[in-house]
Amino acid sequence: MTIAIESRPPPSPSREVIRGAVVRFAGDSGDGMQVTGDQFTAAAALARNDLATFPDFPAEIRAPAGTTYGVSGFQVHFSSQDVFTPGDAPDVLVAMNPAALKTNLRDLKKGGVLILNSGTFSAANLKKAGYEVSPLEDNSLEGYSLLSVDITKLTLAAVKETGLSNKEAHRCKNFWTLGLMFWIYGRPLEPTLKWIESKFSKRAELVAANIAALKAGHAYGETAEIFQHRYEVPAAPVEKGEYRNIGGNTATALGLIAASQLAGIPLVLGAYPITPASDILHELSKYKQFGVTTIQAEDEIAAVCAALGASYAGNLGVTSTSGPGMALKMEGIGLALSVELPLVIIDIQRGGPSTGLPTKTEQADLLQAVYGRNSEGPVCVIAASTPGNCFNMAIEAVRLATKYMTPVILLTDGYLANGAEPWRIPSVENLPKLDVTFRQDPAGFHPFLRNPETLARNWAIPGTPELMHRVGGLEKDFDSGHISYAPDNHERMGKTRAAKIAGIANDIPDLEIEVGDPTGKLLVLGWGSTYGAIREAVQRCRDRGLNVSHAHLRYLNPFPKNLAALLARFERVLIPELNFGQLSKMIRSTYLVPAESLSKVQGQPFLIAELEDKIRQLLES
Amino acid sequence: MANVIEPGRLTKKDFETDQDLRWCPGCGDYAILATVQRVMPELGVPREKMVWVSGIGCSSRFPYYMNTYGFHTIHGRAPAVALGVKIANPELSVWIATGDGDGLSIGGNHLMHCLRRNLDVKILLFNNRIYGLTKGQYSPTSEVGKITKSTPSGSADHPMDPSSFALGTNASFVARSIDTEAAHLSDVIRRAATHVGTAFVEIYQNCNVFNDGAFDAFTEKTVRAERQVKVEHGKPLLFGAANDKGLRLNPRTLSLEVLKLGENGATLDDVLVHDETNPTFAQLLTRMPFPEFPVAVGVLHATRRPTYDGTLRAQQKAARDKFGTGDLQKLLRGGSTWTI
Repeated sequence: MTIAIESRPPPSPSREVIRGAVVRFAGDSGDGMQVTGDQFTAAAALARNDLATFPDFPAEIRAPAGTTYGVSGFQVHFSSQDVFTPGDAPDVLVAMNPAALKTNLRDLKKGGVLILNSGTFSAANLKKAGYEVSPLEDNSLEGYSLLSVDITKLTLAAVKETGLSNKEAHRCKNFWTLGLMFWIYGRPLEPTLKWIESKFSKRAELVAANIAALKAGHAYGETAEIFQHRYEVPAAPVEKGEYRNIGGNTATALGLIAASQLAGIPLVLGAYPITPASDILHELSKYKQFGVTTIQAEDEIAAVCAALGASYAGNLGVTSTSGPGMALKMEGIGLALSVELPLVIIDIQRGGPSTGLPTKTEQADLLQAVYGRNSEGPVCVIAASTPGNCFNMAIEAVRLATKYMTPVILLTDGYLANGAEPWRIPSVENLPKLDVTFRQDPAGFHPFLRNPETLARNWAIPGTPELMHRVGGLEKDFDSGHISYAPDNHERMGKTRAAKIAGIANDIPDLEIEVGDPTGKLLVLGWGSTYGAIREAVQRCRDRGLNVSHAHLRYLNPFPKNLAALLARFERVLIPELNFGQLSKMIRSTYLVPAESLSKVQGQPFLIAELEDKIRQLLES
Repeated sequence: MANVIEPGRLTKKDFETDQDLRWCPGCGDYAILATVQRVMPELGVPREKMVWVSGIGCSSRFPYYMNTYGFHTIHGRAPAVALGVKIANPELSVWIATGDGDGLSIGGNHLMHCLRRNLDVKILLFNNRIYGLTKGQYSPTSEVGKITKSTPSGSADHPMDPSSFALGTNASFVARSIDTEAAHLSDVIRRAATHVGTAFVEIYQNCNVFNDGAFDAFTEKTVRAERQVKVEHGKPLLFGAANDKGLRLNPRTLSLEVLKLGENGATLDDVLVHDETNPTFAQLLTRMPFPEFPVAVGVLHATRRPTYDGTLRAQQKAARDKFGTGDLQKLLRGGSTWTI
């Protein structure tokens, strides 16, 4: 978010004004932690805090209750200042059971606020979480500001009148907890009350129970007098405009619809359900009135092939997936680049290899995206840097695919897909114009006639009289488009395909310095979802007087054409990535620059502190 | 279909391309191509509205020889590509050329789902019971014990019957014909062309290089009448040089039997009358063991049910009727917003 000017309302006298906080909710995967996190986030957004969120949940839909591997978490960082990441260590940890405490306590700041549901600390649950002695009894929580409440009992009491079954009554605990958190941070209840009414509109007793739980939690904060402080986080000074909260997958889906409208061609999404990409399929399937068709294909291969078939017939073919699906689609992508048709492939990267960590984030599909085809198979590869940026990069993927008649791979990841941030709603007239034209003129036509500037072939779609032609994966003659096995022609076509992709460098923005000076001792070069963490870490190091700058790649193939010059202006280059150094390899081999790699492959994003430590180590040693 | 042209205005020649045909001399594919090129002008579909999609293999070279739009894709994936083509432009007449390896081995999954979805495309599956383009390995329709380069001790896996498979997926149109029987093949292709939904046509095709004579036992002129039953809706299932043999149902065993008119009191009334709307009936016809029974050819099954592409179009129309044509700015402003 960029800084702008806005006067702040005076703080109310009863609350301590703080700059911001990082809050983590953790509980069983059936405890409703994602809903709690979403509602708490919405309240922060409505209070105009800048924010970032990070849901962290297991791959199992409902792992056995009380186990450590069934713990689901949601972290939100909200502030009156710019927020670039969901935060490193939580200031507040809400743990709904012993397993949630066990798996999350190590992250809580020393002296941080710890809110526990003591009602779940039974012998059985303690054993499942691996505690021999209850942490409530062995003084191991002394270093924290502990609030141990029997949320279970208080919730059951609050919803007693509504006649819910015991099981359903238990499930209202998350709203009781949310009510308490709303009291601590002075958030109004009304938006959540409305949400509950609409969410459970078909079951009045659930509306009544969840509202009762929310209000009871809030009242508990008011009356129990156990808190030293209530907090207030003033509005963040952000650019004027209309905002909404947006997650990466939603932003990607909206970007695709926008691009389809801007280009004037209907969108066809071919997709097969896969975590964490399925939400793009879900989202797009809601918008048929925009001319969007979604096909839930029989497999990943059919999904990419259907998208390509749609492009062949003059629509905007798009396919979305994650790592394992990407591997399956590769032959289809090879066909697309061989027949030179537009195709947008969205890879929401997750932990791998193989099935790996389906719900966790990673950036390790970069080399697969850039180099993963058989033979010489260049395609354009771009990456989004924040949830909101997914919208812009989806439009950019469509622009490049249709202008250059090529597959474009857009890389996002689980962190961007499920994370959310406030997003300034763009005005449609300010979006880029996408110019798509189909060949109509039969004079001199052959399917591989090229635009001399972009090297894109002309797009002649079925239905056009007099342009009947055949295309396929066999090598084509440069001058006629017919099948050709001629040696020189094959090399010429290979070089042409490569030159077309390389030429995209003339059509993308130069790489800019995000933070810091245009020259200096250390450049931290990132790509994709590490944007926020790198930016904040570099800023903090600069505040400490270190000579470090940050640049962030959104174009991975081709690279921006000023990248060589930019790298040359720094003594050292550090490349942090959530893989074992894939961009580093590309930079080192392309520019012969001894870039240093900072790797993390744990299914988790970088902490700001990890990056700061590395930067300091490089500059202070 | 928009812009239908008068049937007969185009000729076979209009559907030929300037490309040299690269099939082996004597291949059954030549006969199929000639028949298709002869039938296409009768359909009244302008060439620019027709798309031939194929995968990989000898049969999949077909699009290069049809002067329409054509897409030679990757191995097994033609139905998946055709899915996108038909969804993107429902006005197109979309045809798929595939083989027993392309369609039933590497592409079996896509074929199955295309058939069950009832996408409005026409599929010609050239069944030669062998891999031709990779030079003679056994295929999913090769007989057990097939000696090939990859199975010198004989293949170990049991073959599948393509038409039986298609019926198993709830295909709405299943037919069989033979490469060299031009008149019969023409009739079947005409029926397929007018079918609304996926039309599946299995064509027995001779590979004279790697599997020569695979179907001689029922396609040779001298045996054809005795070894084939040409099914026609509403007509008795008679065969034989004297048309004196028929198929009857044994209701106790739920199986077919061959009868001879006049023998043991059998009359025409005992002979089953073909009902192409009944898929169970068709399944019985595809599962007759050979040579105890004749091979059934013709339209085995045809029924009307909603198409996948038609249903998607109806859903889009319903969404537009309900919400109006989408307003992008409104969409971007969706959910709760706040202004600063």
